[in-house]
Amino acid sequence: MEKKLFGVTALFNTPDEIIKAAKGVRESGYVKYDVFTPYPIHGMDDAMKLKPSKLGYLTLGFGLTGTFIALFSMWFTMAMDYPMIIGGKPFFALPAFIPVTFELTVLLATLATVIGMLTFFFYFPNNSHPLHDTTFMKAVSHDRYGVCIESIDPKFDITKAKTALSGLGGYDIQEIYYPEKSDIRLFDPKFIVFLIVVAAVTSGAIYFALNKLVYMQPFTWMQHQQKLSAQAETKFFADKFSMRPKVEGTVARGYIPYEFKGLAAPTTEIVNPTFPSEKNLALGKKKFLTFCSPCHGNYGDGDSRLRGQFPNPPSLHSAKVRGWNDGNLYHVLVNGQNVMPSYESQILPEERWAIVNYIRVLQKAKNATLEDIQAVRKEGK
Amino acid sequence: MKIDYSIEAPAIEGRLSIAQIEALIAKPLDSKPDKKFLLALSVSGSALALGAICVLMTFYFGIGLWGNNQPVGWGFDIVNFVFWVGIGHAGTLISAILFLLRQKWRTGIARFAEAMTIFAVMTAGLFPALHTGRPWLDGYLLPYPNQHGLWVNFTSPLLWDVFAVSTYFTVSLVFWYVGLIPDFASLRDRTTSKLKKTIYSIFSLGWRHSHRNWQHYEKAYMLLAGFATPLVLSVHTIVSFDFAVSIMPGWHATIFPPYFVAGAIFSGFAMVVTVLIFVRKIFDLEHIITVNHLEKMNKVILATGMMVGYAYAMEFFIAWYSGNPIEQFVFINRAFGPYYWAYWIMVSCNVLFPQLFWVRKFRRNIPLMFVVSIFVNIGMWFERFVITVTSLHRDFLPSSWGYYTPTLYDIGILIGSFGLFFTLVILFTKALPVVSIAEIKAVADGAQPTHHEEGGSH
Repeated sequence: MEKKLFGVTALFNTPDEIIKAAKGVRESGYVKYDVFTPYPIHGMDDAMKLKPSKLGYLTLGFGLTGTFIALFSMWFTMAMDYPMIIGGKPFFALPAFIPVTFELTVLLATLATVIGMLTFFFYFPNNSHPLHDTTFMKAVSHDRYGVCIESIDPKFDITKAKTALSGLGGYDIQEIYYPEKSDIRLFDPKFIVFLIVVAAVTSGAIYFALNKLVYMQPFTWMQHQQKLSAQAETKFFADKFSMRPKVEGTVARGYIPYEFKGLAAPTTEIVNPTFPSEKNLALGKKKFLTFCSPCHGNYGDGDSRLRGQFPNPPSLHSAKVRGWNDGNLYHVLVNGQNVMPSYESQILPEERWAIVNYIRVLQKAKNATLEDIQAVRKEGK
Repeated sequence: MKIDYSIEAPAIEGRLSIAQIEALIAKPLDSKPDKKFLLALSVSGSALALGAICVLMTFYFGIGLWGNNQPVGWGFDIVNFVFWVGIGHAGTLISAILFLLRQKWRTGIARFAEAMTIFAVMTAGLFPALHTGRPWLDGYLLPYPNQHGLWVNFTSPLLWDVFAVSTYFTVSLVFWYVGLIPDFASLRDRTTSKLKKTIYSIFSLGWRHSHRNWQHYEKAYMLLAGFATPLVLSVHTIVSFDFAVSIMPGWHATIFPPYFVAGAIFSGFAMVVTVLIFVRKIFDLEHIITVNHLEKMNKVILATGMMVGYAYAMEFFIAWYSGNPIEQFVFINRAFGPYYWAYWIMVSCNVLFPQLFWVRKFRRNIPLMFVVSIFVNIGMWFERFVITVTSLHRDFLPSSWGYYTPTLYDIGILIGSFGLFFTLVILFTKALPVVSIAEIKAVADGAQPTHHEEGGSH
């Protein structure tokens, strides 16, 4: 098969010669030519009559895009999506947004300039260009200067191009051909094995990271902490209890011990220290519904859902209970009776008396006389 | 010794040819690592390993291992962060600002300084990531739509830092890589090893030294330099906002941004001098990184050192002039309180020792400049220590005063950060050309057309 010609190259020794050569090639009317120098040479733009680079427009465009993205996203997040007053600033606090706006502008402009230049201006990466691996390229990469007239130039003629280049003082004039198409061996066993290994390592690593690593210390989202947790064993105390017993001989605030604890009946009469105000009764109702109603029923009738499944909870409206004084009710509540446990640890003294008061209200309501109803009606008017 | 400063000194001494320059720069890449290299690598690697152990312990047990606690909540983590970010600034200054100012002498040192920027910012970036305690959750620092419906706080200087440092790192890396592309191409065409050729081919992207490419390339390089210049100033400004935007006495000062930027350039130049003294000797680059270059850097150190000294004085003046008793107390406490030793180390290293550079003989004396540059590095580390710790340890409420002492883990991580930085620097000297081949060729004798010699650097 005939090799396809890329162009003709020539080497020069000094910067002055290459400037002269570039001018000469251009003046001969060639358009598709290029000059190769190991570093940029001053005055070459002029010698080749190159138009100024348009790269700056790309930079400007993407820089402004960065500005816009920054301002828009900060407006959206701080003023629209989740507005929050911080440091007394307005939601759209422009002065405080300037740093991030500047950084994003620079970032986008820089990346666009470089990536745009390499891809749109240079068509990089391109390691299969015909000039690669030629002695010409090795020379211009090192310390020589070269010119290449490409075969796609409308005026191109191989002998004329060669004469022109040697006439300008060029030496080592070469014809550069396109490389023969190398077959890409996609199904090379080595390559297939490589792909399999990469796939196995990647998926294995991801599996490990997502299913194992996140459950290992210290990546466990602070699951294990060196602190006491209630109900759990600890190494910190000799008895291994996390929850500490009271210091001996002390009383916790609001937990004065009940003096008739364990007795069938209090030895002296306990006097109700509270007044059944509306607030007190509201508290009593709340606590009654929480602690008493599960057995005694919402209105103290003993009609909860335990009825028939257990020793029936007694009604609070029996003559016996109605006959008790407040202190007696209080004693049962604190001390427990028969199957009823003590509620000392769950209910504070103030709340206990509120419950007692509320029970009295329930008893009165359930067993009201005609006079009571009339009195209430009168009051209602 | 008579030097005529009105004439620009040649960027390269000894009339080296372009081929000789390339051979000189490519030599470390072509030869096998020698004993000295391995020794240096093992020292820095050991420091790195020590730091890595301390960091892993911190991951496992939490940052309770460190010395910072109430009232000093910012300790070595922030001190080291600000120190390393500052070191990075010299590289960008040399590669971008001196490029825009058409300073030819920058070509010999620019590549190395840029590499130091990247490594310093990498080292610096570790600290904000580490000091969160659970660095694997640092993704929360970025604004992304999440199931909590929350966004980051764009009005916080700490968030500005995230954007500033990451942008700075990205732009520095891109700038550095763009500079490396033609060098990769030269190395690709130079090497005889097949593996090296493949690697260089990949990174050169197929660069062909075509002038049609050079034209855009130079434009891009100038644009990047134009962006990197305000960027480098913005980064340390934003770092200073971390302090200045708060209301702590000793931090809440409008002088902070310029003061921090000057300090960053100061410390960065000192670090570049420290490292270049060795590099030019070990790699026989005395003709490319000349004493003239070092002298110029020493002048920058002198100038920025005095700017920093001015800032120290001005902080005291403003504290007195403000009439704010708490502000005044903080500054008196800084100089004469429990941390007086740190303050006076800072002042003597940063302000007094650089004054030696007024004398030309000292500016050109390599052992002396090495000693001074080390002092400056120490002094600038202490500057950040003084700002961070002395302001916090005694503020408004005397009942909450305290004294900060770092733990062994803090010190281990500090040593580790130097280990990381120098390991990267040492590996760089063997893996990539430490001087930009294409740029240095362009400023060699006879590299430019004779009729055009009045033009500046390329």
